[in-house]
This record gives sequence, structure tokens and C-alpha cells, in this order.
Amino acid sequence: MIDRRLFTNFDWTLFGLTLLIAALGVFNIYSASASYTVVTTPYFIKQLYWILAGLFLVVMVCSIDYHMLEDVAFWFYGVVLFLLVVVLFAGKTSMGATRWLNLGLFSLQPSEPMKIVIVMVFARYFSRYPVFQGLTLRELFYPALLLGGPALLIMKQPDLGTAILVVLIACSMLIYVGLRWTTVLSVVLAAIPSIYLAWHFLLRDYQKNRVLNFLNPERDPLKSGYHIIQSKIAVGSGGVAGKGYLQGTQTQLRFLPEQHTDFAFSVFAEEWGFLGCMVVLLLYLFLILWGLQIASRCNDRFGSLLAVGVTAMLFWHVVINMGMVIGLFPVVGVPLPFFSYGGTSMVTSMVGVGILLNISMRRFMF
Amino acid sequence: MKGQRYIREVKEPRRRVLGMSIAVAAVFLVLLSRLWYLQIIESDNLRKLSENNRLRFVPVAASRGAILDRNGNVLVNNTPSFSVAVVPQDVRDKEALLTSLARYLALDPEELRAKWEKGKGRAKFYPIVIASGISREQLEFLEENRLRLPGLDVEMKPIREYGNGQLAAHLFGYLGEISEAELDKEEFRSYNPGDYVGKSGIERSWERYLHGSDGGRQIEVDARGRYLRTISETSPTIGNSIVLTIDRDLQKRAEQSFGDKAGAAVAIDVNSGEILAFVSNPGFDPSLFTGRMSPQQWKSYLDDKRHPLENKALKGQYPPGSTFKIITALAGLQEGLIDENTTVVCKGAHTVGKDTFKCWDKKGHGVVDLKRALKESCDVYFYQLGERLGVDRIAAYAREFGLGSPVGVGLENEKGGLIPTTAWKEQKYNKKWFRGETLPVSIGQGYTLATPLQLAAMIAGVATEGTVYRPHLVKRVVDPDGQVLREFSPEVLKKVALRPEIYRPVKQGLLAVVNEPRGTGGMARLYEVKVAGKTGTSQVVKMRDSKGGVPYQYRDHALFVAFAPYDKPEVAVAVVVEHGEHGGSAAAPIAGRILRAYFEGKGVIKAPVKGGGDEEDEGGAESGAVAPENSQSVPVPEKGQP
Repeated sequence: MIDRRLFTNFDWTLFGLTLLIAALGVFNIYSASASYTVVTTPYFIKQLYWILAGLFLVVMVCSIDYHMLEDVAFWFYGVVLFLLVVVLFAGKTSMGATRWLNLGLFSLQPSEPMKIVIVMVFARYFSRYPVFQGLTLRELFYPALLLGGPALLIMKQPDLGTAILVVLIACSMLIYVGLRWTTVLSVVLAAIPSIYLAWHFLLRDYQKNRVLNFLNPERDPLKSGYHIIQSKIAVGSGGVAGKGYLQGTQTQLRFLPEQHTDFAFSVFAEEWGFLGCMVVLLLYLFLILWGLQIASRCNDRFGSLLAVGVTAMLFWHVVINMGMVIGLFPVVGVPLPFFSYGGTSMVTSMVGVGILLNISMRRFMF
Repeated sequence: MKGQRYIREVKEPRRRVLGMSIAVAAVFLVLLSRLWYLQIIESDNLRKLSENNRLRFVPVAASRGAILDRNGNVLVNNTPSFSVAVVPQDVRDKEALLTSLARYLALDPEELRAKWEKGKGRAKFYPIVIASGISREQLEFLEENRLRLPGLDVEMKPIREYGNGQLAAHLFGYLGEISEAELDKEEFRSYNPGDYVGKSGIERSWERYLHGSDGGRQIEVDARGRYLRTISETSPTIGNSIVLTIDRDLQKRAEQSFGDKAGAAVAIDVNSGEILAFVSNPGFDPSLFTGRMSPQQWKSYLDDKRHPLENKALKGQYPPGSTFKIITALAGLQEGLIDENTTVVCKGAHTVGKDTFKCWDKKGHGVVDLKRALKESCDVYFYQLGERLGVDRIAAYAREFGLGSPVGVGLENEKGGLIPTTAWKEQKYNKKWFRGETLPVSIGQGYTLATPLQLAAMIAGVATEGTVYRPHLVKRVVDPDGQVLREFSPEVLKKVALRPEIYRPVKQGLLAVVNEPRGTGGMARLYEVKVAGKTGTSQVVKMRDSKGGVPYQYRDHALFVAFAPYDKPEVAVAVVVEHGEHGGSAAAPIAGRILRAYFEGKGVIKAPVKGGGDEEDEGGAESGAVAPENSQSVPVPEKGQP
């Protein structure tokens, strides 16, 4: 089962890249939480534990042949979908959203595995589906069903950020499979009137307000607007070379919200400046292009679809998080993979990298 | 291997991967150029903002809604109060600031220090309130010395004003700073630390309507924390007003009628369930909870054996004593065990097996029928009836009249009293019910417990001959623009299915209690209106016959329930005087005074002429909330600022 070639073919570049970003993350979390009064284990230590747990998962995921995922994709999908339904009824509510499922020993957020499971299901579906001239609208019917269920359930929690991510990941895979221009055009044309109708007849006033606040945080300057402004000040005041490690005033005076998690990158930007940001940006770019290369070099359709999906997951996390931190996007709670503090995000991202490594090292296996 | 069957057409996706890579690179280029814009082009501006910092968020507290009585008299409102806060990040010398503040404000520096420590875990730009309720002179003095006290902020906050002193203190409840535990609750999701929330009574249970929503403003301040300009602002929304079913004047008279006795009274409109007076005596001063209560004051409340902080009308559970005989009588009539002519011979005691149960009148009442049994409150009559009914049948009728479970008056932590049954005892003590235990229950003793609120609902149900309306305190909720948000109409709590003709003998008995010679409730009599009622005296402990020397806390409770007018009932009252000893002498007069006040208010009884206009001329027309222009707040702009 364990082939010597697996070791020689191990993708050290991808692995090293991941570790490098995670290490930068730990250093940054140390600074971001330096002003916190420590109650228990400091965050950067806990993050190290999470990285170790993540690496263990990477080894686990690598040790099985990814082709097995093709057989179990729908089982996984069923289980996670079921858990999403359970969360709706029996979930733990915190901060106004019901996302967590208490499993006794630990809590689980089923919307997280859904990000990877949707990739598996789409990969399996399209690997057996011959596409000639790009997908037609009718051919999108089943994939839309597969995507719609979980996306709506996650939206209902409500966790708009994750719902959008799941949709974006799935759409990226569709683009990779190939879409006809007529399909894209008709989806767009159908979306416009239905959004109009929903806006006028379906949504209540408070829901409309929520959407408007989401699109334009300045409407609600007390909450999300404040965070964006403070984050922009932090990033911009970093200048070319930054204020220096542990010297960011925005960070150390705690003007930043969630500065060790979702806004970790603005801490980094303030202290390391444009040059530092460029390095991080390049590392992520390299990581994502590498992921696409793995897809391209893979010899079977399932594997290459899987690689594209996982890479898309990482890509959209990076883009949405950074876009939020630098004021391009509204505030949604999306962490920066490997960089933000948090076990959930670390586990999902590490499993993703594990899958990529798995595909990468088995590409010569036929 | 399975995947082999699906080896893809190689050429097409390879091109697509190239396209996707280019797209990814393009997106990263956009991110990079945005970083370029912020960190290179806008850098100087943003760096200045971060240095001079800066932007600060200042919450503007919303005024709570007012509480009004049924006639629109404002009972609870808001008044501006000034408090002193410090912004830790702007403070240069903490010790110096605290010491001088303590001197200016004549406060203990240790107290200020403790407040500071308490607020530390938060962001450093967040103001910590260290003294509230400061006077205007102190305020002006601080304003003048502001430059010498960097980091100081003065906030205006609307605070609760109880225009009528201690009136209905338990009913309104009091406010307090939100606790850590409350902050974690879903209900208080939009609240911030330091916010005031209702802790009891109407303030607590109707918090959702009363609170309003806080506004806030984003301001720019200079390096010393002084206000420069407002960047954006959201104005607070005033809370909704609550219009109670309470009648202020009746409430006042009802409270006065207790004097210094401890107890509770509930007056209720029998045809709607609207509560007209809701008294728990002695009261307390609710404004002390919002301001600074001295430890001595707090201790004196806690040490008072009359328990002033307890809402006795809602949470006081008392054996209903002989007032419960009404239920036993109705049950006996409905079950056909007695009629109005059934007689019993009372020799002063009744014996079951080895146990002897005494009548309160040791000499015995002789031959008694139902009317006399009620009028003179003969225990033996009801012992015998109760024995034949059995505890479970009695319980069923008691529940029919709303006893044994909370009536749902709309206040939190309402107590439900206790109506014992055989099943209850088995479950609770895992013991069988003894026949002898039924006897005390049939005269409202033993395990039986009821709240004054329940007793009022019960007697109201007797007055209406079977319709028990749910007692309620809130008539409507009105938003700041005067629009009615919710209106509460009468709701039937229980519709008692008894034969209509069985009420007459019982009601006649109750009329005799108050109006005939030897009736126990003569002290509740009004000459202008026919009152019907029932006394009750309930044992606190079995400690009889130590005449004169019974300590306060062991004395019997005195009860009285009544309704009036007899022919066309409008109002019912239940009065409990804790340790008042005799229902007839302690509780009945209070009930009489409350009923008198009610009919005087209606114009049925002429009020004795008093000098002056009383307090009638104050503020019925006042609006339900403080004027919004008062809600200007931190930090007070320098004079001459726009």
C-alpha cells in the first residue's frame, strides 16, 4: 500500500509554503494579542497546537488514496447535510447565529466540512459526466440542487460568509468544467428579475436593512463601518516598511476589531508595511498557482476537479478576507487560511492542503 | 483503479488552468494595488489619523419609555443625570486624576479606584464611568478644570425618575447595571456593558419594550481626548411607554391604608381582570438602585423583618386560611353533598380517628347552616364537608378558580402557590395521603398556599359567578409617536363550569360576613355600597395559647377577600396582612378602605372634603418621555464649537 514513490514524490514545495504562512501567522498572532490580558493559554501557543493538530490531519489525509473519496463523496455529503439540518433545530446559539453542534466532547460547525464536501461531490459528479461544448442550463439542474440545499441551510443559520464561500467554490468548479456562454448569460438574465422580485415582495424591511448594511457599511457607521475605518487606518498607517513588530499603535491600543482572527492581516499590514504585505501576498499567490498546477498535472478527472475545488476554497478565503481588511468588501467573518487564529479554519485549510498533497504525490500512479 | 475509466481529455482543461491562473494573478494584482493605494498614496493621511487618533465611538443612551397609569398619569419617567467618565488611554497620571476627582466630587478615592479597576478589561479608548449623579455645580467646576484633567469625560445619561416616591415600587421594579450573566443572554445581544436594564417588576418583564435602542456617534478627538468633530451619528430611539391598568390614586390610598403593617393587596376589575392596585408593603425607594445606595440603606432594607424588597403580592405564598372555605362550599354544593339548608352541629371540635381538630371558637357554634358557617367562619362545618369531599375533589375546584398555578400576570418569577392532592404528596414525599390531612386543607391550612394575586383572581371569579379573567397589569404599549403597539384586552383565564344557582347561597353567606351581626368581616362594611367578603386567619406555626407573648414572626397572617357591589360586582380585593393575627381586625379594615377609595374615585361615595387641591394637579398631560433634545451627550463640546 505505502509505496516508496509516495515519499520521493512528496510535494515539499506545497508543504513548505503552508508551514511558512502558518509560522508567519503565529508570529503575527503573538503581536495581535500582546495587548490582551492573558487569562488562559496565550493565543499564539494555542495556534501552535492547532497547527500540530492540522499537520496530523495532513498525514492522515495523505495516507489514504484520494480515489477513495470518490466512492464516499455522497455519503459524506449526506452526513454533513443531515448535520446542517440538525444544527437548525438543536444547534448552539451564540452571537445570534446557530452554527455549532454540541457533540458532547467537542463542538462541530457542520458548515466548515461542507466547504470540502461540496468540492468532493462536485468532483465526483462531473468526473463521470461527459461535457463536450460546455454545460448547458439544463445540465446545471442537479448540481444546482446539490449546492442549493447546503447553501440555503447555511444562510439560514445565518452565516452569510460561509454560504457565499460555498457557492463561490462550487461556481469556480463549474467554470473549470466549462460553461457555455448562453448558460452564463441566461443565469445572469434570470437572476436580475428574481432579485428584483424578491426584494420587493419577499424580504421584510429588517432583512432589506441587513442586506443594505452589508453592501454599504457606511450606512451603519456604528458597527461594521467602524471596523472598516479602523482597519483601513491600520493598514494605511503602516506605510512602506511598517511601524515595526509589536509597534503598531492601532493594534496595541486595540482599535482593531477581532485583531487576532479575522483582522489579523491588518495587524500584519500595520507592523510590516507594504513590503511585508507583498511577501504574504506572493506566498498566497504561489500557493494557489501551485494548487492549480497540481490540478493540471493530475491524470484523472476526479483528482484534477478535486484539486481545483480545494484551491478555489483557499483562493476565495484569501480574497474575501484581504478584501475586507483593506476595505474593498463588506465585513464578513471569513478568516485568512493558516494566518488567522482559529482551530476550525486551521483544520479545514490543513485538510484542504492534505488533499492537494495527496493528489500531487499520486500523480504517477497509473 | 476506478478513476482510470474517466481519464479526461487532456488538452481542454490545461488551457483552462492557464486561464484560471491568469485570473487569480489579476485578482491578486487588484489586492496589491489597493494596498499600494492605502500604504503608499494614502499613507500620510492615514498615519496622521492613527497618530492623532482619532476616531472614537461614543454611545448615546436611549431614554427608557415612561410608565403611566390607566388615566395617563406619568408614574415613572426619566431625568437627565450627569456622570463622570475617564478614558484610560488619554489619562497621563492615573493617581493624580483620581485623587483630584475624589476631592472635587467629595468621594472616596478608593471607590473611584475600584470602579477604574472594574472597567479595565475593555478597550483603552472606552470611557469608564467612575461617578454618576453629580450635581450641576460639580459639573461646571469640572468643565472649567477640564484642561488640567486629561482623559476626563462628562456624560449625560437619562436616569429613571420616580415622581411618586415609593409608590408601587415593587410593581415598577428597579434598574441596575447589566450583569455579565445577562450580557451573555440572547435577549441582551445588542446591549453594552454599563447599560442599565430592568432588574425586577415591570422594568424587568417589559424591558424589551421600555429600553429603546441606543444611538451613538463617531467622533474625532485630539491627542488629549478632546472633542474635535462628529463624523457620523445615529440618534437613539426612545423606548415605548407602558400604560398600566393601575389607578394611581387608588394605588396611593391602598398603600396608605396599610400604615406600617407588612402585607399585600390586589384590587382587580372583576369584569376584565385589570389590576387597579397592586400593593406590597412596606415599599422601598427604587431610585436608590439607580443612583448610589449607601451600605447602611441597603442593610436597613435587608434587616427589616417586614422584608421591604420582597414583592409579596406576586411572590408571597400564604395559607389562604378561611378564605378558602369559599372553594370548599362551592365544591360541596356542586357535588350535591350539601345544600343551603344542610346543618352541622359544632361542638368546638371534630374528631377523625385519634386526631381532634378544633374549631377556632372552642365553645362551639351549635347548629350551623351554610350561611352561618361562612358568616361566623365555623371550622367544624368545613371539616365535615371537606372529609366527605376528599382532598382531590377540593383541589379540582380550587384549580378551577385559578389557584395552584401562576395566573400569568406578566411579571417574571410569579409564584404559583400550592394546592395539594394525593398524587402530589406521593410524588413529593413518596407517602400516602392521610384522611386527617384533608381537614386542614378544607379550611385553607395544611399544605395549601396561595398568593394575594391568586386570591384576588379567585374572589373575582366568585363575583362574576364563574368567569375568572386573567389578572393583568399592562393595558397597552405606546411608541414614542403615540401609536399603540400592543393593546391587551380582557382574557378569560378560567371558565368555571358550576351550576349557576349554587353561587347564590355562597354569595349570601359572604354578604352576611360583612353586613350581619356576628359576621367576622364587619370592619370592611361600607354603608353606601354592599360589600361581600370572607376573612381568613392562617397559622404560621402551631404555637397556640401563649397569649400576648407571640413573637412577630410567629404571629398568624390575616387575610380578607371581598367584592363589591354585591348586586352588580365591579371590583374585588384580596388583602394579606403578614402576622396581622386576625383577618377580621387586621385585614378587613384595609380592604374596606381600599373599596371606599375605589367608590370615591368613581363618585359613588362622596369623598370627605380636604383642604387644597391635593396632588391632582400634577402632570397628567406630560408626555411619556423626556424631550429628545436633552439627550445630548459626551463629550460636551467646547463652547463656540458648531
